[in-house]
Amino acid sequence: MPADPNANYTNSALRFGDVDPYPQRLVGEFIGTVVSNHWVNDEYKHVILKVHPQALKAYAGQMFHLLCPSPDGAEVWMRRPMSVYRVDKDAGHVEFLYKCEGRGTRGMSMLAPGDDFNITGPLGHGFKLDLSWRYIVVLGRGVGLATLAPLSQLAAENKVGVTAILSARNPGVVMSKDLFEGLGAKTITVFDSDGSSTVENVGKILEDLIAEKKADAFFTCGSNRLLTLMQRLGKKHDIPGQVAMEQIMVCGFGACYVCMRTFEAGGQRVLRRVCRDGPVFNMQEAVGW
Amino acid sequence: MVDLSVKIGAITLQNPVQPASGAFSWEYNDVIDLNRLGALVAKTICREPRLGNPTPRMAETEAGIIQSIGLPGKGIDYFIAHIVPEYAKFTPPLVVSCSSESIEDFAALAEELSVPDVDVIEANISCPTRNATGGNFAMHETYTRDCITAMRARTKKPLWVKLSPNAGDIVSIAKAAEDAGADALVIANTFLSLKIRTDNFRPALGNKFGGLVSPALKPIVLRMVYQVAKQVKIPIIGIGGVTKAEDVVEYMLAGATAVGIGYAGFRNPTALITIIDDLEAWCDERGIKKVTELIGAVRDQDMETDTLVAASEGV
Repeated sequence: MPADPNANYTNSALRFGDVDPYPQRLVGEFIGTVVSNHWVNDEYKHVILKVHPQALKAYAGQMFHLLCPSPDGAEVWMRRPMSVYRVDKDAGHVEFLYKCEGRGTRGMSMLAPGDDFNITGPLGHGFKLDLSWRYIVVLGRGVGLATLAPLSQLAAENKVGVTAILSARNPGVVMSKDLFEGLGAKTITVFDSDGSSTVENVGKILEDLIAEKKADAFFTCGSNRLLTLMQRLGKKHDIPGQVAMEQIMVCGFGACYVCMRTFEAGGQRVLRRVCRDGPVFNMQEAVGW
Repeated sequence: MVDLSVKIGAITLQNPVQPASGAFSWEYNDVIDLNRLGALVAKTICREPRLGNPTPRMAETEAGIIQSIGLPGKGIDYFIAHIVPEYAKFTPPLVVSCSSESIEDFAALAEELSVPDVDVIEANISCPTRNATGGNFAMHETYTRDCITAMRARTKKPLWVKLSPNAGDIVSIAKAAEDAGADALVIANTFLSLKIRTDNFRPALGNKFGGLVSPALKPIVLRMVYQVAKQVKIPIIGIGGVTKAEDVVEYMLAGATAVGIGYAGFRNPTALITIIDDLEAWCDERGIKKVTELIGAVRDQDMETDTLVAASEGV
């Protein structure tokens, strides 16, 4: 079991079963209990936490700020923001899908069933679903798919059809296909290995969906290239869109102004806080990175 | 039960725990009950709207984070019209931090911020990435005296002066601030720092330099508070590395009347409330009736030390 990163720090994080002394809170600091933490493929893991019911308010596109255990004995000083992969209200679970890449996620990968994991959330503004839409298109690559997966659930619950275009390096590392299909989404997979993931080909798939009237709104996360493509086609065909953005983050509450990104709104360039003004933004206002 | 209230000049705080400027906003009401804090401390405001520094604005180091935000904000007019009313919804006194690049403008800000819902003006004359002649006046005794004298002449509000840990002799600067009419001293700001990435040879922060924020600052800032407290009569708010109730006690023993907290609230957003609860329990367990009994109560006059024997065996 990794060392408890909270051993020397003060907090009153809520565990499952605790009475909340401040029940009107919108955001909580929680200690989840790891139910499972297994590999999805060579790079990604899926962690399931049993949490206090206050944490189950999270909806698609919102994030938690994770206090990751150390992978190497040295301190991990800041939390890591991560969008929620799934909320299972019946089981009382919050789930995350993550790529084991940096120190924080490598520390997370060491969590074992029964371990504590301190998470703060839900944070930010998530995806908004317009109930006049009949079909939406979600386009994601890599860990961006983890952010888009709960949107599919939200759409399914509201009888909105979903086409999910899943982009990956090769068929071996495609993720969440079963999850999307289980929620009734039609999935289209594209790969670098056979050349089907090029902007040209994905653009053609999107154009076809537009022609079939299966694209009332666009959603994306995780790829600058795919964001730019959806922005271009969205503008051309007047299709609204939303994008979930990332940035290095400290407080998560909009107080510290670390997580700024540039947007274009009303002909002006503006800075917005990813943590509080986002992380989901109007796709046409986003400026690529 | 212990009385946790402390007085800083004319202002009474219900307890000695407050957030540090820049690490807090009213938006923390989403997660904690702000009415429990000793004071509310707004992010430093400047006259002009400012975008702030280029990203990345934060980087982790081996011993804490360095950050350089660049005092972003929508300017003083927006602040008074829209931000002050957000804080006015809560009961603790509001401390408004301000910064400028000139002494004249610092003085004008002090006057313009003297509105009913602002309880204290904090002169942030120690932003570490500002120039010593252009806003980081706490690097020098003379600039500090001139700036605080000018501000004092323009406001009757309590005036707290935030000092720099980057100055060579913080005691003489603290005395200059006191002489110029400061009601309290805030010790200290962040430590000017640098991180260079070894993968691309570039500074890790968009602004190159940043301020170090870390529990590692506590022993250094505690030393500064101790030294300054011996030389001034006005109250001190200690800021640097507080992560638990015992740290508050330690700062008070060194001579602080209150503490500010930054990092701990970033790491654990419920930390400030828990530290207040823990401080109360700590005092109650020891039969301390008033938390003010701790101020300056360090036992440095009757230290129990070993007497070294010159001719010890085996040496």
